Amino acid sequence: MVEHIHSDGEEPAVTLDAFLEQSNATAVRLEPDEDARALIPFLDRLALIEVAFPKFRDGRGYSSARILREAGYTGELRAQGDVLVDQIAYLKRCGFDSFAPEKSLNPDDVEAALTRWPEHYQGAADGAVPIWKLRHG
Amino acid sequence: MKLLTGNDLKTGFVTWWTGADWSLHIEDAADVGEQGEAILAAEEGARRVNAPYIIKGEATPEGPRPAHIKDRIRALGPTVRPDLTLKPADPAAGDWVI
Amino acid sequence: MYKYDEYDHAMVDARVAEFSDQVRRRLAGEITEDQFKPLRLMNGLYLQLHAYMLRVAVPYGTLDSRQMHMLAHIARKYDRDYGHFTTRQNIQYNWIKLEDAPAILEDLASVEMHAIQTSGNCIRNISSDQWAGAAADEITDPRPWAELLRQWSSFHPEFSYLPRKFKIAVIAAEEDRAAMRLHDIGIQLVEKDGVHGAAFYVGGGMGRTPMIAPLIKEFVPLEDMLSYAEACLRVYNRYGRRDNIYKARIKILIHELGADEYRRQVEEEFAHVKSLGIDPPKAEFDRIAAQFAMPPLDASAPDAIDRSDPDFAVWVDQNVAKHKVSGHAIVNISLKPVDGIPGDASSAQIDLMADLAEKYSHDELRVTHAQNIVLPHVRKADLYAVWQALDAAGLATPNLDLISDIIACPGLDYCSLANARSIPVAQKIAKRFADPVRQRDLGELKLKISGCINACGHHHAGHIGILGVDRKGTENYQLSLGGSGAEDVSLGTITGPGFDEDGVVDAIERVTDKYLETRTEGERFVDTFRRVGMAPFKEAIYG
Repeated sequence: MVEHIHSDGEEPAVTLDAFLEQSNATAVRLEPDEDARALIPFLDRLALIEVAFPKFRDGRGYSSARILREAGYTGELRAQGDVLVDQIAYLKRCGFDSFAPEKSLNPDDVEAALTRWPEHYQGAADGAVPIWKLRHG
Repeated sequence: MKLLTGNDLKTGFVTWWTGADWSLHIEDAADVGEQGEAILAAEEGARRVNAPYIIKGEATPEGPRPAHIKDRIRALGPTVRPDLTLKPADPAAGDWVI
Repeated sequence: MYKYDEYDHAMVDARVAEFSDQVRRRLAGEITEDQFKPLRLMNGLYLQLHAYMLRVAVPYGTLDSRQMHMLAHIARKYDRDYGHFTTRQNIQYNWIKLEDAPAILEDLASVEMHAIQTSGNCIRNISSDQWAGAAADEITDPRPWAELLRQWSSFHPEFSYLPRKFKIAVIAAEEDRAAMRLHDIGIQLVEKDGVHGAAFYVGGGMGRTPMIAPLIKEFVPLEDMLSYAEACLRVYNRYGRRDNIYKARIKILIHELGADEYRRQVEEEFAHVKSLGIDPPKAEFDRIAAQFAMPPLDASAPDAIDRSDPDFAVWVDQNVAKHKVSGHAIVNISLKPVDGIPGDASSAQIDLMADLAEKYSHDELRVTHAQNIVLPHVRKADLYAVWQALDAAGLATPNLDLISDIIACPGLDYCSLANARSIPVAQKIAKRFADPVRQRDLGELKLKISGCINACGHHHAGHIGILGVDRKGTENYQLSLGGSGAEDVSLGTITGPGFDEDGVVDAIERVTDKYLETRTEGERFVDTFRRVGMAPFKEAIYG
């Protein structure tokens, strides 16, 4: 898994509207109110989907990420914006594998947050085995 | 008059700006005039107070009295538990709130 | 009762460690209050009028005596010797210090308790019927399903930043003792052709726009229950309004879409979600259900009750309910004495109730949404001893479901959102109707008071409801009639202009007098109101 804190230095992803009009882009940016399912026909040629978090309290991007992973997307899935260390474990569980926070995060805090939970109650998009399955072998 | 109030970051207790520091007792509160916003920003940064805000009050012989009942209850304590207010020995303390 | 295994312990321990670290970073100034607030709220820590307030979860209202003793210990050690039981079957402490919060969570974890998701825009504590597992009228014990929902919803990665808070209730009887249809999701376990399933009511709630949840799916197979809930939540998380906090609850989404369109979207999502394998296998349900097995009650225990003490007999008639096992009864402990504070109990009272549970109720207690406590499994032969102990501690008020069994939010005495005080009004009403004969003559009368539009005191669902508002800086109280949170669910109607504190008590007396004059044989207040309508009551109140 590409678990890294993203740093700038590449072509920005295009908007969803632009992507749907121009067929050769390989990176797209999804706003909270945009339907992740619009990307499902194109997943095999996308290398990067950047999901915007203008405010950390806006949790729509979590569903967007799961929908994309559940549809079989295997490329880079990046959480961009107001991404704080206290949300990063949930973001990862929903399928994000890279993070572009507006304000840089303390790597030790990130490490602590990502290793805090030994197991999880429910299945999500990170491939973790839910506790109920561990209980029953 | 204008008063500056908030809750202590560590304990959550109601505090009042005295002009130099924070006090649990509204009797110590100072009129901040037009300085409220500046003090508020500095004090929040210093992490001595949580969620501070400016309120209107009036000067009375007993000391400053907040204009709104909510802040008078904050200043004294719950009216239904006089034993837990700042003036447990004063049975008439609740009258000040109403 | 559900017992944690190593996994449950590890989850709660990790949460304590996480929150301790977050508190440390807040006190060190590494995070702002704006960033810290949602984190502390997800651990039940509010900043209220006088101090921080900690809300501790009591999952589906069930506790054992060890846990109840811990609640008393926390009240004594970290608070001011009392706690407040809430309408969501939780307990709140009013005087908590931020720096003590991690230690309190550690103490709670030592008895398999926590404050996880008792606030915040996430799935809150799952509530249920306080008589679950004991009620004579239930088709099954709803709590194993509530526990499955608890685990599924705890630390749910997708649903921790919802548009707004999300409350789920599960019941399994026709009589609704949990205000199920006033929840974001109300689940009623039902039976069809000998098979149990879950009826999903979605989009109920109180607050400033009260709504009764419509039936979204009549019969969800139980093996799909979590997947169906996941689909309901995903549609809400994606499309619930985030532009206006007052329109962000799921009830508004469903109201705006219409129940049919919401159902269509959920069904579409469910068809997909079902393939993800979210529901655990039956073996996991069986593991949980086994822990809720009925304690070994002796069905041959004597069924007769010695009613020679008249005070005891009154209490039995009012506060004791039918148990599914012969020779046993459900004891309802009223936390509504005249002059008391609805839902409050001292450390000593909490300890006493724990002791009684251990000795007489197979170590079990329940918290009710009406802010009372239940001993669910008491031998009828022990009722007198239980009553004597309760009476000595001021816990034997015989007023269950009567006019003085008032639900009241903490109001402006404690709550930073409140516009008016609730408790003093409750106290004045209880005092006015203190005569027990008068109360019993009035019969079932559910009176509920909220100190602001958020409706924590369930005023919309009161047979008589009171809403405190701020009218130009003074407290004012609106009266409503005809609500119900039970199986005959309905929303109250406002009578007209509001009153001051004494005025609203007088108005209620005029309403009850009119009821006594108008009722027919066996008619409850709310039945009379429904039969004759508002007009005669309005006339009685305003002349």
